[in-house]
Amino acid sequence: MDDATVSNVSHGTTQLGSGVTIRPEEAAHFGSLAADWWDPKGSSAMLHRLNPVRLRFLRDAVDMHWGGDVETTRPLDGKRALDVGCGAGLLCEPLRRMGADVTGVDASAQNIAAAMAHAEGSGLDIDYRAGELGSLGLGTFDLVTSLEVIEHVADKQRFMAQLVGHLAPDGLMVLSTPNRTARSRMLMVEGAELLGLIPRGTHDWSDFLTPEELTDLCQIVGLTVTSTQGIGFSPTKGLHLSDDLALNYILTARRRSAPTL
Amino acid sequence: MMDARQNLLILGGGLVGMTLALAAARKGLSSHVVDRADPADLLAEGFDGRASAISTASWNLFGNIGLADRLEPLGCPIASIAVSDQLKPGAIDFRPGPEDGTLGRMFANRDLRQALFDAAKDEPLIHWHAMSEIAERHRDDFGVSVTLANGTVLHGSLMIGAEGRASPTREDAGLVVAKWDYRHRAIIAGLTHELPHRNVAWEIFYPAGPFALLPMLDTADGAHRSALVWTVDESDASGVLKLSDRAFLAELHQRMGTLFGEVIAAGPRASYPLGFHHTARVTADRLALVGDAAHGIHPIAGQGLNLGLRDVGALVQVLSDGALLGLEPGDAQLLSRYEKWRGLDAFTVALATDGLTRLFGIPGNFASAARRFGMAAVERTPALKDFFMDEARGVTGDLPEMLKE
Repeated sequence: MDDATVSNVSHGTTQLGSGVTIRPEEAAHFGSLAADWWDPKGSSAMLHRLNPVRLRFLRDAVDMHWGGDVETTRPLDGKRALDVGCGAGLLCEPLRRMGADVTGVDASAQNIAAAMAHAEGSGLDIDYRAGELGSLGLGTFDLVTSLEVIEHVADKQRFMAQLVGHLAPDGLMVLSTPNRTARSRMLMVEGAELLGLIPRGTHDWSDFLTPEELTDLCQIVGLTVTSTQGIGFSPTKGLHLSDDLALNYILTARRRSAPTL
Repeated sequence: MMDARQNLLILGGGLVGMTLALAAARKGLSSHVVDRADPADLLAEGFDGRASAISTASWNLFGNIGLADRLEPLGCPIASIAVSDQLKPGAIDFRPGPEDGTLGRMFANRDLRQALFDAAKDEPLIHWHAMSEIAERHRDDFGVSVTLANGTVLHGSLMIGAEGRASPTREDAGLVVAKWDYRHRAIIAGLTHELPHRNVAWEIFYPAGPFALLPMLDTADGAHRSALVWTVDESDASGVLKLSDRAFLAELHQRMGTLFGEVIAAGPRASYPLGFHHTARVTADRLALVGDAAHGIHPIAGQGLNLGLRDVGALVQVLSDGALLGLEPGDAQLLSRYEKWRGLDAFTVALATDGLTRLFGIPGNFASAARRFGMAAVERTPALKDFFMDEARGVTGDLPEMLKE
């Protein structure tokens, strides 16, 4: 929204994660950062458009996994959800509205401050933590999500192992990431970034994972991939769930049951 | 004074606004409904002699919000539409085939309003603020609010402009409206006549404009009724309104002859400007327009209401789909879906209306009226026939779930 205001940022000292505090003027700065993150026409426009698409996949996965009522607006009531690489909370807020107790983790303290400012404005109670997932001691969760994140991670196997470490025994994991194909390079890196739809320098194409590579990684860390769907783009339909995995894909996984010896 | 935040803040509690509140409630969405009028005035006899043709699709929507039983006995089915050139012999009769369903039902707006108001009173998710003037509107990143003249502040996630053609909410948001003014007015009145109408809607063309008679249910004491929609030049309208009852009946006799025997009486007369308008956009940040606030093909016609009820069905579907995904009603992605859905529909209508005007090269009131009944011009342009038959039933385009059976 062009006339975004930051009036909802509290003027007291905001508690940031464990022991980190930020000053009021910084809170105002993070408020404007939140406003930009949350501006549907701003630098995160593509993520905003992606949101209903990946949420549709996630909702179906939740209904399948727990066999819940497809008509309820709170399918995650009583569930604990962890979103890793949560940014300013674009996924955390819908998860909270769907009823989950949500923890959002991001390595960037700025993102977390922005997320906190926005959740406060939205009147949503979400536990945001800045830092490395491995060092926060968060316990386990029924739902673990990490969407459009792993392509930015250097040690992917270690990251995946940490995600699994936070997944409850019967939990559901949802991951999404761009595929490493000629088309994704053309559209996401050379196209969307040049057009300003995705901030420049967001993606390093060579770091992208193919579905096979990610599935292998899941295997290594003890997960079974239970479904994979593509997220395609067409000028008429916009972003949509598709059988074509070439651009971007989203998958569900669960812990592999212990092999019988 | 503060009032609890509801999902929707609906400004304008007329036929479209109240149907929206009820349809949203069916999907678990709560609303504030604000209207300046006193419901008692709106329901008084003689306040609004208007009648609406309710398409099959609109009828399904009323059914889905639980009003079918209540409204069923009040509607007069349109079995066919007769089109005549100045009552010369050889009227064209449009009658749908047995597989095609009805062409719609005629309702007095007053009956629709009464049913909606009664249902709204019993609906705990609807917070109805009648007789309330709005002093200030506010939209920001996190929500919307209005301050009423008495100081009450009402909060919501999404603001909806449903105040009709002159929507102050639309003006406040600076949404641009394109208008065609046909420089004609429609005179409307309820008629009682000697002979039954046999469920036929009549469209009689005169050089000055069409003269339409829409079938209404007989009164309790058996009097036969039709609703009159008579298009006259703007400069003649006030003269027609001022005619004595006797002189008015004589004018009617000249135009409808003894089609229904003698015209026994005409109710209070009113006139409405004829025009076409639609907005370039039907949404803004945390704001959606519905009904005539967004686009109107005809201020008095049933099709205008049908178009508005389609907005209702589309918006409620978009919002309830979003609620299943944890997206709140003001979410920009949801509004963008509504914009694409209804913006396109309105564009179709704009093309059709404009196309007709050009096609016949005669003043717009002809095209406007023809389109309203989905008839008339159609017979001479077979390609358009199916389009209009479907439009009259309201089944073209991508139909919202709540407008399906």
